[in-house]
Amino acid sequence: MSDALLTVDSASCHFDVSPSWLSRVATGMPRQILRAVDNVSFTVQRGTTFSIVGESGCGKSTVAKMIAGLQPPTSGRLAFADVERPDGTRAPPRVQMIFQDPYASLNPRWRVGDIVAEPIRELRLMSDEDAIRDRVGELLEVVGLARRDASRYPHEFSGGQRQRISIARALATEADFLVCDEPTSALDVSVQAQILNLMLRLQKQFGLTYLFISHNLSVVRHVSDHLAIMYLGRIVESGPAETIFSAPRHPYTRLLLETIPDVAKPNRERRPMSGEVPSPIAPPTGCHFHPRCLQAMDACRSTSPHWRMAKPIGVACHLFEE
Amino acid sequence: MSGSPLLAVCDLRVVFDGRRGPLTALDGVSLDIVAGEILGVVGESGAGKSLTGTAIIGLLDPPGRIAGGTIAFEGRRIDNLPPDQMRALRGRHIGAIFQDPLTSLHPLLRVGDQIAETILTHHNIPKAEARRRALKLLEDVGIPAPDVRIDHFPHQFSGGMRQRVVIALALCAEPKLIIADEPTTALDVSIQAQITTLLKRLCREQGTAVMLVTHDMGVIAETADRVAVMYAGRVVEVGPVAEVIGQPRHPYTAGLMASIPSVHRRNDQLRQIDGVMPRLHAIPPGCAFHPRCDLAAQVCREQVPEIGADRHAVACHLPLAGVQHV
Repeated sequence: MSDALLTVDSASCHFDVSPSWLSRVATGMPRQILRAVDNVSFTVQRGTTFSIVGESGCGKSTVAKMIAGLQPPTSGRLAFADVERPDGTRAPPRVQMIFQDPYASLNPRWRVGDIVAEPIRELRLMSDEDAIRDRVGELLEVVGLARRDASRYPHEFSGGQRQRISIARALATEADFLVCDEPTSALDVSVQAQILNLMLRLQKQFGLTYLFISHNLSVVRHVSDHLAIMYLGRIVESGPAETIFSAPRHPYTRLLLETIPDVAKPNRERRPMSGEVPSPIAPPTGCHFHPRCLQAMDACRSTSPHWRMAKPIGVACHLFEE
Repeated sequence: MSGSPLLAVCDLRVVFDGRRGPLTALDGVSLDIVAGEILGVVGESGAGKSLTGTAIIGLLDPPGRIAGGTIAFEGRRIDNLPPDQMRALRGRHIGAIFQDPLTSLHPLLRVGDQIAETILTHHNIPKAEARRRALKLLEDVGIPAPDVRIDHFPHQFSGGMRQRVVIALALCAEPKLIIADEPTTALDVSIQAQITTLLKRLCREQGTAVMLVTHDMGVIAETADRVAVMYAGRVVEVGPVAEVIGQPRHPYTAGLMASIPSVHRRNDQLRQIDGVMPRLHAIPPGCAFHPRCDLAAQVCREQVPEIGADRHAVACHLPLAGVQHV
C-alpha cells in the first residue's frame, strides 16, 4: 500500500445553487448547497486501475474533474506522488483525460495529426516539426490506426476510431495518469471490447495508471484493480475489485450487483430495487441510502455511518459498526 | 410458435433514395410476433433495428420508403395503408415507446391531460371517464401518489418516472402490440430493472405483445422470449432467447456474446470482433459479415446466405454447431 500515486484526503466539492440574493431575501429561502462530492478519501496505486462506480448524480464525474484539475475541491486535499522521468528527474505525473463522447471531444475542423500534435506543441515537448510528425505517426500506430490517418478529419472516423484518437492525444504528453470518464459508454459492445483491450494493452506497455469512471459494473469488473462505489456524493464501499465483486458488503453495492442484467446469468424473476436516487440538494438524513435500503435501522435514519476499515474493504454502513 | 402471428413482417426492404442512388437499409427482414410474446431485436448502431420498428408503425421519414415485402397485422396488410387509416391503427392497436422520455412528452401539458387526450382520441367516452382511466394507468405503471402526480408537468418527473408516463401513454388505448425502442437505455441500472419488470408484468397481465429493440444483450436475456439478431440491415439469427445466447449459431452472434464483459467473471482479455459494421453504401457482396468473420470461406464472399424458417434459424453458410461460447 506504500506505492500510492494519488492520495485523495477528505475531498469535498460543493456547489452553491442558491437563487440570487434578491430572490432569497424576497422569498426568505435559505442558501442551497449541492454537495456533489462529500468528504471522499481514496488512494490510487501506481500502474493500477482505480474505478469509481455509481448512478447518475452520484458525483463520480466531479471526482474525475477534481483529479484532472478542472474543478478545485471546496475542502480536502489531492496529492500526487512524483514519478521518474526518462531523463532521471522526478516530477508530478502528467494527468490527461479521456471523455465519454468521442464526437464532442475532438475539434471537427482540425486534422487528426494536428489534434494529436497539439499537446506536444503546447507543452513544448518537441520543437522539430519532422520529429513531431514522426511521433504522431508512432502514436497513431500504437492505438491501432495508420500513419496516413493523420491527414484525415475526425468526421471520417467511426466512434471507436475517434476514441482511439482521444487516447493517442492523451498519450502524446507522455502521460502517466489517465482519467477516463465513461470512455466506452457511447460505443457499441463489439467496439467497446476493442477499446477496453487497447486500454489494458497500453497500461501494460507504458505502465499507465487509470482512474476509470463508469456506471457499467461489468466493464468495471473487467478493467479494475481497486474500486469505490459512490452514492449521492459519498463513497459507500471501496477495496480490491475482486473482493467487492465476490463478497459485496454495503446493501447498495449488493443491490447494484444484483440489478444488472447479465447475459451469462439472466435473472428473469428479478425484484428490482425500489425508489430512485434522491436529489443531492436535499439528501436524506443519516445514511443517504436508507430510504431505499431493505435493512435500514433507526440509526440509519438519524446518523451518518462512519467509515469502517475491515481489511481489505472499507465500508460506510451501520450494519458493520460494532 | 403457436397460433397465427399477431404481426408478420415478410421480406421487408427499406431503401433511402439518395443523390448517388438508393441505399438499402433493410434487406429482406422477416419477423413475426405472436400475442403476449416479447420479441427482442438486438444489433449494433446502424444494424437497422430501430428502422424495422419505425417501418412497422408507418413512421418512416422520406427519403426512406418501403421498397418491397409485406407487413401484416392480425392477418391484414398494413404497409400499404393510406395515412389516415394507418393513423387510426397506430396508437389504438400498435403503441410505441421511444428511448428519450423527455422528448416523447409535451412539455407544456400536464401528464394527466396528455394521457386523457390520447384516450379520447381512440375511445368515445366522457372526459371525466378519460381522466379516471388516466389515473388508473398512472397507478398501474407504478407512479407513487398518482392523484397528485396526474396534474404535474413532465419536467417535474425524474427520468424513470417519465418513462413510466410514456409507457402509460402507450398503453392507454390497450394496444395489442407495443414497439419499444431502447426504452431503458437513457436510464440508470436500478431504474432500468424497474422498467423492464414493469413491461414484463404488463405483458403478462394484458397479453400485450412487445417488440423490444435494444443494443443491450443483458436486457434481452432477462426480458425477451425470443430474440432476433440484426447485422447490416438483415436478420442473421433468430430463436428462443436462451438458445441464441447460450448456443449462438451465427459467428457474429457468438462474437457479440463473447465481447460483452460479465459482472460474474473476469477475463484477462475480451474477445473482440475486429473492424466495424459496414456503411450502407459499402455493404460487401455475399454475407455482409464475411470481412470480419474468421470462418469465412469462398461461398460467403459470393452468395447471400438465406435465413431458414426453423425455430432457431440462422443466415450463415457455415453455422456454428451450437457449442457453448463460454
